[in-house]
Amino acid sequence: MDTIFGVPIQALFGQLLIGLINGSFYALLSLGLAVIFGLLNIINFTHGAQYMMGAFCAYFLSTKLGIGYWWSLLLAPIAIGAIGIVIERLMLSRLYQLDHLYGLLLTFGLALIIQGSFTHEYGTSGIPYPMPSELSGGQNLGFMFLPNYRAWVIVASLVICVATWFVIEKTKLGSYLRAATENPALVQAFGINVPRMITLTYGFGVALAAFAGVMAAPIYQVNPLMGVNLIIVVFAVVVIGGMGSIMGSIVTGFGLGVIEGLTKVFYPEASNTVIFVIMAIVLMWRPAGLFGQR
Amino acid sequence: MLKRILFIAATMVLTVGAAQADLSDNMVKIGVLNDQASLYADLGGQGSVVAARMAAEDFGASKKGIKVEIVAADHQNKADVGSNIARQWYDVDKVDMIVDVPNSGVALAVNQLTRDKGKAFIAVGPATADLTGKACSPNTVHWAYDTWMLANGTGRAIVQTGGDTWFFLTSDYAFGHALERDTEAVVLKNGGKVLGKVRHPINTQDFSSFLLQAQSSKAKVIGLANAGGDTINSIKQAAEFGIVKGGQSLAGLLVFLSDVHSLGLDKAQGLIFTETFYWDLNDQTRAFSKRFAALHNGRMPTMVQAGVYAGVLHYLKAVEALKSDDGTKVIAKMKELPTDDPAFGKGRIRQDGRKIHPAYLFEVKKPSESKYPWDYYKVRATIPAEQAFRPEKDGECPLVK
Repeated sequence: MDTIFGVPIQALFGQLLIGLINGSFYALLSLGLAVIFGLLNIINFTHGAQYMMGAFCAYFLSTKLGIGYWWSLLLAPIAIGAIGIVIERLMLSRLYQLDHLYGLLLTFGLALIIQGSFTHEYGTSGIPYPMPSELSGGQNLGFMFLPNYRAWVIVASLVICVATWFVIEKTKLGSYLRAATENPALVQAFGINVPRMITLTYGFGVALAAFAGVMAAPIYQVNPLMGVNLIIVVFAVVVIGGMGSIMGSIVTGFGLGVIEGLTKVFYPEASNTVIFVIMAIVLMWRPAGLFGQR
Repeated sequence: MLKRILFIAATMVLTVGAAQADLSDNMVKIGVLNDQASLYADLGGQGSVVAARMAAEDFGASKKGIKVEIVAADHQNKADVGSNIARQWYDVDKVDMIVDVPNSGVALAVNQLTRDKGKAFIAVGPATADLTGKACSPNTVHWAYDTWMLANGTGRAIVQTGGDTWFFLTSDYAFGHALERDTEAVVLKNGGKVLGKVRHPINTQDFSSFLLQAQSSKAKVIGLANAGGDTINSIKQAAEFGIVKGGQSLAGLLVFLSDVHSLGLDKAQGLIFTETFYWDLNDQTRAFSKRFAALHNGRMPTMVQAGVYAGVLHYLKAVEALKSDDGTKVIAKMKELPTDDPAFGKGRIRQDGRKIHPAYLFEVKKPSESKYPWDYYKVRATIPAEQAFRPEKDGECPLVK
């Protein structure tokens, strides 16, 4: 009794853990998308590009200014979030009265422009980014070798996800935000600056993407295409979780990471399609997604 | 979902020379078809277009009164997209020859299409040795390298130095399957064993799950039957999971200069692999590569880009000798003429379409050994041209009698 479906239990534990790690990235990214969609009703297709810009920002900080990983983890989200705010003020804010489709087209176009310019400048093979020395190496857990950095990824993303959920669902600030999406005119009548709040929310969502980008930089190459490869999967995660549901995107992010990880053991050839198969099934059964209300 | 449709038509008319009566529509039109924006873009991509233009200029097309036009497109690593472009090029745009086409899946489709249309195809990017084996065609020449050559160059060297148990990490399409098959044959023939394999989808970001499977197989050697961005990510993440420290070694079965450049020497050092071109081999390759780099963002040419240059150059020589751009005839002429170019030196093309030249077993230098930019490889062994590629009689190519 030490195998399940012909796979040793120990190996299975390893794969589950790996699934959780990849799920952390899905969760972090889909969280940002869910916040932006839930509160602004914008389908932010630039998210993948912003994730990539986060990684590049960390790379620039390290090569141009000699700033290491830990400061980048703070500075890159602020910088990219600020760029997000500019985009929101200059462009997105003009589209709130129009159909969702316009926001989608704008952000999609922006993503193409950003990715195209980075590809032109840096090619497609990527640039190495060093792992912080505190987190290099790893632990032998008996059933697998766990690199320290990957353990850090799980912990950090869990903390960020739970904190975000807490702020939006359980605090006064969060309740203002949610109220502002339900009925902006009424909330404004209470003396709350709704447009500014929305701008800051978009900035925060973008900062989450950049944060994920910095987290990813030491594992994957800093690559202009890193966002393109991920964004479609992350959208599927958001759709499965229910558009705009914060908890939904966190739980589905981690859950789908695990399912994808297991697919890589039992039927590796399908590992990049399994999420879309699940999406199709979920949409047939619950068109609003697992946690969606509308 | 929404997928960018990138159709770059980088068009350049080199000269308006005197019209030659025997050339179709009075010009030779060459199409560079490859991956321009994804995981194989750095090893071919725009660099291949630059190489094709250089070849046309070095050939002196204008002085000889031959008008050469070069067009390019992105096949997005999809066989259907690739064959549609190729069909349109041949039928509507009057393209005479297609060159490069990395991604064996797309290349096999273009190979068949070119044969049906009686045009010419110079395969440089694709690896599968089937192009000069079962799928060989009187309209195709396979330049640079193939899976048999990689397997025999790298696989044999590793098995003979004690790496006798293998686990394969294979890209799940025609190329990966061919490379795995050819390497496995070499491993078994030299007394080694294959303990397992796992096939991953092309363009995978995270290899940790596959690497864990490779790790638990306890194989001495993990053979990476993948390419481009996939190889880069596998090597990088293998270091993270302590695979090399744990006593297993990685065999990059297909590694390009662009991959090593991207990984950096501290991650790539010690890797052993086979290629047929390296910019710093001799004075000729250095001179060629420096000219190339000046036109391509300072990046030295990869084996594929050098192959595109050499292939186009030899093609144009055959067109000149024949005074015609009829695909089937030009390919026959290319096989007849000996080849000579700065990138690969002197060589020849066999009946099955295989271009042969020496291959080199390279090792990536340690950071301390690298003296100047792009100083990455040292030569461990030179494999003579006649031994580097599969013997013609073993390929099951119907053209070989």
